[in-house]
Amino acid sequence: MNKAIITVVGKDTVGIIARVCTYLSQHNVNVLDISQTIIDGFFNMMMIVDYANSDKEFSAMVGNLEDLGDDIGVRIRCQREEIFTKMHRI
Amino acid sequence: MLNIMEVHETNQMIEQEKLDVRTITMGISLLDCAADTVDKTCDNIYRKITTYAKDLVATGQAIEQDYGIPIVNKRITVTPISLVGASSCKTSADFVQIAHALDRAAKEVGVDLIGGYSALVSKAMTPAERLLIESLPQALTETDIVCSSVNVGSTKTGIDMNAVELLGRVIKDIAYNTRDNDSYGCVKFVAFCNVPDDNPFMAGGFHGVTEGDAVINVGVSGPGVVSRALDAAKGRDFEFLCETIKRTAFKITRVGQLVAQEASRRLGVPFGIIDLSLAPTPAVGDSVGEVLEKIGLEQVGAPGTTAALAMLNDQVKKGGIMASSYVGGLSGAFIPVSEDKNMIDAAASGCLTLEKLEAMTCVCSVGLDMIAIPGDTSAATISGLIADEAAIGMVNQKTTAVRVIPVYGKGVGEVANFGGLMGYAPIMPVNTASCEAFVTRGGRIPAPIHSFKN
Repeated sequence: MNKAIITVVGKDTVGIIARVCTYLSQHNVNVLDISQTIIDGFFNMMMIVDYANSDKEFSAMVGNLEDLGDDIGVRIRCQREEIFTKMHRI
Repeated sequence: MLNIMEVHETNQMIEQEKLDVRTITMGISLLDCAADTVDKTCDNIYRKITTYAKDLVATGQAIEQDYGIPIVNKRITVTPISLVGASSCKTSADFVQIAHALDRAAKEVGVDLIGGYSALVSKAMTPAERLLIESLPQALTETDIVCSSVNVGSTKTGIDMNAVELLGRVIKDIAYNTRDNDSYGCVKFVAFCNVPDDNPFMAGGFHGVTEGDAVINVGVSGPGVVSRALDAAKGRDFEFLCETIKRTAFKITRVGQLVAQEASRRLGVPFGIIDLSLAPTPAVGDSVGEVLEKIGLEQVGAPGTTAALAMLNDQVKKGGIMASSYVGGLSGAFIPVSEDKNMIDAAASGCLTLEKLEAMTCVCSVGLDMIAIPGDTSAATISGLIADEAAIGMVNQKTTAVRVIPVYGKGVGEVANFGGLMGYAPIMPVNTASCEAFVTRGGRIPAPIHSFKN
């Protein structure tokens, strides 16, 4: 399993999760967990995904999701999980 | 499993608080490049660097993208060139030729800086080491990204005052040769006492002779993150303050450790050390000075500054040590005046003086760093500054350094501009009483006694 964290930050609109999930399913990326909340008035969503069987290079996925975010008008980041686990788990 | 607040905290550090990995530095031993002619030595050096470091920049960029963390610099350090060139270089010009080979190789692989045009002369200079030091005004003028350092003393050997005296004159010459650019050449040179072998930061980085063939060292940063964390400690006691700094330093260092391990794995080069330094930039909010001010000073330089810095430095180390398997380099808080917005402001207002900075270097990780001084400061006075710093390092068993820029043609009240991460600095007054008779005595200051500590 290769885990990545996708975060979406911005103004809430209809269909954000749908569009991100559509992209992920098209490229065989499995969603393991989704959570969302409002922080400082902004919509924050986090997905934990498994990209082990993805047909995309990880770097291409990062770029595609960023572009998708630009299209929707939110900020989408896709990062490998280790940066978060290293920082927050001993 | 990770929760959304943890993920948000990490990304906030990166996006708002300027968390970055300051440098991935590949150390490369050039001891096996020494040959009997300068041309052959240069060829060997060029070939080894361009082979070993060919993927360094691309790997750094790939790691940046995978983890979403900026890696600001990719750099190379090499074995001190005074050793590599000793068998072939008969003149200063021969050493300059090696400096050009380093410059070309570093540009070929696309790194920001290359360090190691250096000499270790803490007891005395060999003829080759003297030639290298004498070549600096030409070498640092003609090359763009070569950095140099000279270790003039250590706790075990004392201080080589012949080298200290020579460096005063050499620094003046470097300043004159690069006078069209606010004496920028001096930014690429630093004099040390007790220099570490594995420092990934410039200008003082080189690949020590005790190191292996190649190694990956990483320097972290993060004054902005510490500063932001201290907002929560406003009005609280020292226990709370120290815990906050330690916890933050731990988190910052873990990111550095991840990047170092990943770079080491991808490049097939052993991981050396993490340098736990709070390295500021001239950007607003990325300042060690700001951290000190949040600890409770009206402005850096006020009474209490040395104590606040001592505490900060210690907590950064305590927090960072557990986060990394190997810690080394300089590890602490840097106080480079021109690279730190709040220090620049304090120097400009007169609150921060050279003498206070000297006191601060007794407890911080390096020394008098990136300080612009009047262009007419005498060579002997510069030697005196170096001797003072070296003495602090020697007696206190710590690394100290001097990187001052006597800005040619400029005086107190004017500003020197070095550009980019090197920043800008108000020219600070220097005590002009002469120390010429002291620094020109010749010989060395003996190593200090290690008992009867007072």
